Amino acid sequence: MFYIHCPYCDEYRDEEEFAPKGQAHIARPEDPESCSDDQWGAYLFFRDNPRGIHHELWVHAIGCRKFFNITRNSASYEILETYRMGEQPRFSAEHPEGKPAEQGAAVNVADEAGMVAGQEGVKA
Amino acid sequence: MSDITYGKVATFNTHPDASIPKESPLSVAYNTGSVPAATSGSGVLFKEQAFLGHLILRGGAIVLDEAVRKVLGISLPGQPLGLSLDESGERSVQWLSPDEWLVIVPGGEELDVEQRLRDALGDAHYAIVDVSGGQTLVSLEGEKVRELLMKSTNYDVHPSNFPVGKAVSVVFGKSSLVLRRPGEERYELVLRRSFADYLYRWILDAGAEYGIGVQR
Repeated sequence: MFYIHCPYCDEYRDEEEFAPKGQAHIARPEDPESCSDDQWGAYLFFRDNPRGIHHELWVHAIGCRKFFNITRNSASYEILETYRMGEQPRFSAEHPEGKPAEQGAAVNVADEAGMVAGQEGVKA
Repeated sequence: MSDITYGKVATFNTHPDASIPKESPLSVAYNTGSVPAATSGSGVLFKEQAFLGHLILRGGAIVLDEAVRKVLGISLPGQPLGLSLDESGERSVQWLSPDEWLVIVPGGEELDVEQRLRDALGDAHYAIVDVSGGQTLVSLEGEKVRELLMKSTNYDVHPSNFPVGKAVSVVFGKSSLVLRRPGEERYELVLRRSFADYLYRWILDAGAEYGIGVQR
């Protein structure tokens, strides 16, 4: 048993409340009609299985029921960070010690502003 | 209170005539299970608040906050896992997820509240669903309630982590429910209809050593 930080509930919750949903940051091809079978097959079926740092999609199934991302080390099982949908990870295979704080902070501020704008709800 | 159509959404009274019988989700448990009476030595008092109005609000926080303030006089909980009550304690708004809130009002008010919210929200992008028939509210009071919760859920219910005004959706006895703390000595559970019978039996079993009593 271990605890996972839910970025939406903003607290550590029991592992039992979460469910893993596979690899994160898989972008759907913008124009599926013009994809080759290889490209579409790769998008649909092929997933990375790295030893080391891996970005995963998880869902807080019993709490807020939101999807979010986890950067996890598949060798040591260490969870390096959890972050909301639409945000970029601070830790990655290229930056195993984390990106420089300034860069990371700048990215987060931009995302936060975007989220607030999106949350306000448009009065059509 | 009559049926009104808002754009493509028709609202209607789900219980138009008081003579139509209705059963709380716990009726099966009451009729087929045991109902231990409350005594002066009961460390836990179980009391169902049956037939309240439960509404799910979805949409942007700022737009919904304005409407809820206008209709109920309560502001939407600003922080995750927040629970706000009005002065009488009978009406509450609870954070469920970043774009979802649970409103609980006294039974019979739900259609009126829903229609007033729809009037206040106008053309905003939102959804309101009446889920009154799908769940029920149970209050637990007494000095042993926290002990009972500690046996049943893996969530940390110590006052330092679970103060008054917090509400969480958690694993509870292999099922799940919403756990709320509206007052210092009072905890509330929102049970889904299909799990109510099972959870009732779980709570009675867990509370047996504290002399749990059921008040009907």
